[in-house]
Amino acid sequence: MTDFHLKRGIYSEDVEREPTRAGFGRGLKQAGEGNENIVALCADLTDSTQMSKFKEAFPERFIEIGIAEQNLVTVASGMARAGKIPFTSSYAAFSPGRNWEQIRTTICLNDQPVKVIGSHAGVSVGPDGATHQMLEDIALMRVLPNMVVVAPGDSVEAEKATMAIAKNGKPSYLRLAREKTPVFTTEHSPFEIGRAYVLREGDDVTLLGTGTMTYQLLVAAKRLEERGVKAEVIHVPTIKPLDTHTIVASIKKTGRAVTAEEAQYAGGFGGAVAELLSEKLPSPLKRIGIYDRFGESGTPDELLEHFGLTGDTMVSNIMHFVDTTPQYHR
Amino acid sequence: MAKMQPTIVELEHKAYALREDLVRMLEHAGSGHSAGPLGLAELVATLYFDIMKYDPERPNWNERDYFFLSNGHCVPIQYVAMAHAGFFDKKELETLRKFGSRLQGHPERTKLPGLENTSGPLGSGLSQAAGAAYTLQYLDKNPKRFVYVITGDGELNEGNIWEAAMFAGKYKLSQLIVFIDRNNIQIDGPTDEVMPLEDLHGKWESFGWHVQEIDGHNVESIRDAASMARAITNRPSVIITHTIPGKGVDFMEYDYHWHGKPPNHAEARRALHKLRTLDGKITGEHE
Repeated sequence: MTDFHLKRGIYSEDVEREPTRAGFGRGLKQAGEGNENIVALCADLTDSTQMSKFKEAFPERFIEIGIAEQNLVTVASGMARAGKIPFTSSYAAFSPGRNWEQIRTTICLNDQPVKVIGSHAGVSVGPDGATHQMLEDIALMRVLPNMVVVAPGDSVEAEKATMAIAKNGKPSYLRLAREKTPVFTTEHSPFEIGRAYVLREGDDVTLLGTGTMTYQLLVAAKRLEERGVKAEVIHVPTIKPLDTHTIVASIKKTGRAVTAEEAQYAGGFGGAVAELLSEKLPSPLKRIGIYDRFGESGTPDELLEHFGLTGDTMVSNIMHFVDTTPQYHR
Repeated sequence: MAKMQPTIVELEHKAYALREDLVRMLEHAGSGHSAGPLGLAELVATLYFDIMKYDPERPNWNERDYFFLSNGHCVPIQYVAMAHAGFFDKKELETLRKFGSRLQGHPERTKLPGLENTSGPLGSGLSQAAGAAYTLQYLDKNPKRFVYVITGDGELNEGNIWEAAMFAGKYKLSQLIVFIDRNNIQIDGPTDEVMPLEDLHGKWESFGWHVQEIDGHNVESIRDAASMARAITNRPSVIITHTIPGKGVDFMEYDYHWHGKPPNHAEARRALHKLRTLDGKITGEHE
């Protein structure tokens, strides 16, 4: 079995839930305690992005930028030049949505260790609607040279990921969610940038999840098992650099794969896996995500269900794939 | 770095020496911007050889002043000044825009020690400089270092500039000193036709900045304005620096068509002749 420490009781109704942004808030404060060069900049969303914890602890190292996302990341670039490790936060729709070129030129090409924290990503933002439901950020960030892209699975992992990007010396994007989501990792679960983790072993199909979708795949795998399908579930919190070794090794065994992300299915995590497989190990692949459309208003649960992004709604999708697709490499 | 204060005449000569190398360099490159860099020769010469504190032997010296070029396309004049200052051999100027060169068409910090930022897409250099100035003033609490910036005037069309202007005004970043290269041209024509900027003085003042206006070809004015800006301790400073695009080469002056192209061989010869004549060094045609 895998030695990933899955939390107990994660399949019960009263599974612990917390938004990933809360883990970021704790992680940033902790990182700030360990390194006085860490500074935090926010574009008028300090509480929402949970940067407020850092602000309370280190008011002299918090810089309010106002509603100006281009300035947010370019001021951060200059602070990095002057020796700081700047964390910038806003909603993902605005940063990196509004300021992509500034991130490209002044952070990535300029190779400065600025951290772009995009909170409120995905349709689960809910009632705010499509304008605020960022679905293109993974694709936008993943294509940039020098950029590290991390989408933590839950709040516990978000805390670890925050501390890890504080130390990696690279431009980094951290994708966070607004809503409470199930906590399935523990403080003992490993987290390393660039590593994917096998959460559950199986040899019928590989299920690859990033961000909070990994939990939904765990739920789906449980249902699939009841139907006689043994799914291997791999959590891929780092989208770039991608842990190609772990992914390829699993699909060599299972012969087919499904990806899941709360984002556009084109160009994002599923896109990254499709690129990998088509070059290294051509295999049948089903990408679960948002299919070339925008979100809309609704409750988070309604929307996730509508878009087929809950474990239960994924089951029929995956079953159909398993029933109609041969296993390669066997 | 301890250095002798140059005389006004020495700085004027330096500006023309930079122009000569600039023209040779652009001709050699076969592409690049002529008008803006020529117009900036006095400003860049005065910054590098009088105003700024730096050490070419130690580009990351932690007592240096920062220089952020916001209008990255004008970097050729900065490269020439850096070569004259000893950051690298003048011979390397011939590699401008060539494959494998550290002198990229637009400046890249990671390629060439001594550059503080990567720029080209307009409007972002001022924010980067403001970030460095904020760090010096509030985080490092080091009042001895200054952050100098050159922006274009066409560049002021960018919203990012005004976000930075608001930010620097709010935090009273008094170690931030910005020179606007007010040469009145941009690619599509005169700035006042493309997107009028006036009342420029009033705009910056209303954002909380200390504003000066100078003749950008008068090195004494440049030096004095920088000195005044350093003495202002409760606001960021902007110096609207009036320049003539293509300055020193009569057939390029005031002509926006020279914004984005280099001289060919014959034009370079004419330009060099003009520059040397103006400088009073020679009166004939030399190569």
